[in-house]
Amino acid sequence: MDFIGAYSADNLKFLLDGLYVTLIVAFVSIFLSFIIGCMIGVIRYSEVPVLSPVMFYLVELIRNLPLLLIIFFIRFALPEVGIKLGLITAAIAALTIFEAAMIAEIVRGGLMSIDKGQIEAARSSGLSSVQTLWHIVLPQGLRRMVPPLVSQFISLLKDTSLAVVISLPELMHNANIVIGHSYSYAIPTLALVALIYFVVNYLLSLLSRRLEHRAV
Amino acid sequence: MEGFYGTLLSSVLALIGSFLIGAVVAVFRMTSVKGLRWFGAVYVEFIRNIPLLLVVYIFYYGPSALGFTLDGFKAGTIGLAVYTSAFIAEAIRAGIMAVPKGQMEAARSSGLSYIQTMLHIILPQAIKLVIPPLGNQFINLIKNSSVLTLVAGLDLMYFADGISTETYRTFDTYIFVAVFYLVLTLPLSYGVRIWERRLQRKY
Repeated sequence: MDFIGAYSADNLKFLLDGLYVTLIVAFVSIFLSFIIGCMIGVIRYSEVPVLSPVMFYLVELIRNLPLLLIIFFIRFALPEVGIKLGLITAAIAALTIFEAAMIAEIVRGGLMSIDKGQIEAARSSGLSSVQTLWHIVLPQGLRRMVPPLVSQFISLLKDTSLAVVISLPELMHNANIVIGHSYSYAIPTLALVALIYFVVNYLLSLLSRRLEHRAV
Repeated sequence: MEGFYGTLLSSVLALIGSFLIGAVVAVFRMTSVKGLRWFGAVYVEFIRNIPLLLVVYIFYYGPSALGFTLDGFKAGTIGLAVYTSAFIAEAIRAGIMAVPKGQMEAARSSGLSYIQTMLHIILPQAIKLVIPPLGNQFINLIKNSSVLTLVAGLDLMYFADGISTETYRTFDTYIFVAVFYLVLTLPLSYGVRIWERRLQRKY
């Protein structure tokens, strides 16, 4: 174990560069997958003919596959059929697809948890079904979705580490390179990286708790 | 096919391991001993907030720094078990907490010991509640076992990677692997859903 060597200024800067890429990829993916997930969730909830069943199978398919496979697929298999994506784009695309499926289920669950009586009341007081969804169901549903959504965002942030396989220069990838210099760096580096992930994610979950309190 | 076997073996081993560790940690989190409770909380919070890959790396690189080595499969399976155990501990704890407190009090005041109450009153009810989240964890575990690839863990993805670089038929290989994973995960998620529906009907 070589703490001094592992924590040299160069190595630390290198790891911070990785953290920066991790955060960027994570936040772009969180943003995109939240929007797409919400749309799919609402479609599944509102039982549109054809579209809803298609979304059901799509979501089920993606939720039951490993993210690693999706990353591989997008980066290495898609070019074979002519779709070439850059490194960061491929990582963001894979994460977005995978997490959007997860978020769609959370959104649907949140919407379903709203009491049927409220919808009936809103409809019979003259609101259209879209108005009911927008003004009555969504605002209440979103509040209930906050805790599972944040934990999904946390797993997204953790999942960015899987982009190691396509050599995206994120935190885990850079840690791997530092360890590659000398095995005596392994434990200090992994400990530091674990701490970084923990701090970022713990802040996220604290934020979620704060939001929850405000919602209730 | 060998990869399919590797994935299955490591998933089953990790499942058993994570269930045992998870159950112990869940008990830790609920005892009245402060130190154990604290340890359980830190264990769960810490592991749930770091990536699985990192846990696997710790078991892969860590031992070699201490002078002995674990191969990819062992390190991966242990990492998987440790990582999943934190989630399972939370699932078990939530299940036990979901049984109303009054039942514990009633059982204790009618003369049952703490352990008797747990075994005969609380656990039978908690297990039913715990099964859907445990099933979901198991599905996650199968999917997560693909991470073994990154430490040469001889799982499905590892061989898929090898085949696709050998034959250059990347697209076909990955579709094929996807089907393999679905064969494992779809029946499970279907089972979990049926069980959930049965639970809902009862209450």
